[in-house]
Amino acid sequence: MSEVLLNPALLMMLAGLVALVIPKRALGVWAVIVPVATLALLIALPEGVAGQFTVFGMELITRRIDGLSFVWAVIFHIAAILAGIYAWHVQDRVQQVAALIYAGAAIGAVLAGDLLTLFLYWELTALSSVLLIWASRNPTATKVGFRYLIIQVISGLLLMCGALVMHQQTGSIAFDHIGLEGVAGWLIFIAFGIKCAFPFLHNWLQDAYPHATPTGTVVLSAFTTKLAVYSLARGYAGEDLLITIGAIMTAFPIFFAVIENDLRRVLSYSLNNQLGFMVVGVGIGTELAINGAAAHAFAHILYKALLFMSMGAVLYRVGTVKASELGGLYKSMPWTTAFCIIGAMSISAFPLFSGFVTKSMILTAVAYEGHWVIWTVLLFASAGVLDHSGIKVPFFTFFFHDAGHRVKEAPWNMLLAMGITAFLCIAIGVYPDPLYAILPFPVDYHSYTAAHVITQLQLLLFAALAFAVLMRKGWYPEEIKSTNLDFDWVYRRLLPRITAATLNGVWAVDRAVRSAAMRGLDVLVAKANHTLGPGGAFSPSLSTGAMVVYVSLLLAFYVVFSFYWSA
Amino acid sequence: MASEQRDERQRWLDRPENVTKIVRALWIACGALVVAEFFYHKHPYFGFDGSFAFYAIFGFVAYCVIVFSAKGLRRVIKRDEDYYNE
Repeated sequence: MSEVLLNPALLMMLAGLVALVIPKRALGVWAVIVPVATLALLIALPEGVAGQFTVFGMELITRRIDGLSFVWAVIFHIAAILAGIYAWHVQDRVQQVAALIYAGAAIGAVLAGDLLTLFLYWELTALSSVLLIWASRNPTATKVGFRYLIIQVISGLLLMCGALVMHQQTGSIAFDHIGLEGVAGWLIFIAFGIKCAFPFLHNWLQDAYPHATPTGTVVLSAFTTKLAVYSLARGYAGEDLLITIGAIMTAFPIFFAVIENDLRRVLSYSLNNQLGFMVVGVGIGTELAINGAAAHAFAHILYKALLFMSMGAVLYRVGTVKASELGGLYKSMPWTTAFCIIGAMSISAFPLFSGFVTKSMILTAVAYEGHWVIWTVLLFASAGVLDHSGIKVPFFTFFFHDAGHRVKEAPWNMLLAMGITAFLCIAIGVYPDPLYAILPFPVDYHSYTAAHVITQLQLLLFAALAFAVLMRKGWYPEEIKSTNLDFDWVYRRLLPRITAATLNGVWAVDRAVRSAAMRGLDVLVAKANHTLGPGGAFSPSLSTGAMVVYVSLLLAFYVVFSFYWSA
Repeated sequence: MASEQRDERQRWLDRPENVTKIVRALWIACGALVVAEFFYHKHPYFGFDGSFAFYAIFGFVAYCVIVFSAKGLRRVIKRDEDYYNE
């Protein structure tokens, strides 16, 4: 039993429960030291499988540390630590408890060796993370949170159904390669796909993340979707379908990001696009590709957190992250500006920044397999990343027209978290070897070749040049207040309208049928009244004497008749 | 707030000619990167990606395609900010 408890995930979640009772001022430090301690435990634990027990004849494996799960567990811990520092000042118990349980559940899911354990943690990540949205404490966030929760829970239910079908068919619920075969394989695939924000299943992400608290979005951005990428890498590596899905994911969010005004939503679209690169890597499935997906997830969690941190700091100080209301903030928030630019250069994959050494692994793996169309799409998407995350987010927030906001620089703890994250983004870019060392497979890849550096700089700087030209010509789409429709329109508008119209139709028909029936009845009653009612043909008033005459006549007839018909 | 702004010292970036300088520097950097085409050993994956200044042209064109497509997309999907009434 002690083996079961010797699990970073469980301990982190227990610490989350402890946070329910500790003094509020201790919450900040607690949110940092707990993940630091469990990270130390994770590193000390041996590779392999531990903490098994049997429930209803199913063997559960609560702790599996191997090449794939280790790198994810490490980056999830680092993300939890950084998010803890960033939210140090937050004395909201709901958020601090939720963040610890959420991070713990995500780590637990990564360490799970069977689908039932995975399912339990899967649902727990949904239940705990929604609190970070509801903690915004406004009616919109409440609505959005419910939408988010419903979709996440559906994903979990599909996973459970798939696991049960699989158990019935194979007698095993081990979480290894699953593959797109049979009902179970597809059910679990769709469950993962929802959490991974596959096209048409993606809108929960852009819907929910911009409505969480400034610190909550940083936490949200790290775990749920990357847990899904991990699960795909574990269960569906090498499935060709993922290559197509991933390529679409890299491309379509770009266009939405360009015209989106809420910069946290821009980053959510950008997150979606980054997931696409990882999904392509998983779909390719070679050692280089899986390494690339893992490394890119690692780097991405950091720079995406950094970008969300900078926008969170702006939201915290200015009160909005609408591009149409921002500009010139570098004068008030120079450090935040610098950190945001580092995040932007990392995600754009400039040489010496983390994206450069991780994304190129995926592109190279794609090219080695000869997928030239997919490769071109990914290159196209890379130019798109430069636009929405590399240029748009920092440019319209911190530069461009001065919107006149004169605010204080972000609090020290936010700056510290951003500073450490920015350092890690550059450190990985300059010296990727420690990251390469913990990847699932041995790495034989060198990103710093003359050709790679020059071609990448050509791609990025010429794209930046295009921005400068379009901007000066006035052709770049301006930032305006708007809501842009996406696929969520289907379930937020179209389906409710169809439902309402259908119900209205049913009610109208129902009303018509009933009123017709009533009219028929009325006619019938009137007729009955006419013939049977007072004064009707069947009801003339007769005297009692006449009645006696009738009865006598009847009896007489009977008697006469009986004479002729004697038995 | 307005008076505060007037009292502020003018920043380097506030002067339009300095922004022009940055854009010019970008042009020069891009020019240098095209010249660099002659000085490194290419190992293209497919062939077409080895053509002259492929990445430079691709980056510029892709960026323009993205921006203009997005402008077109905006015409179709843009609604009022409180469209969903939430």
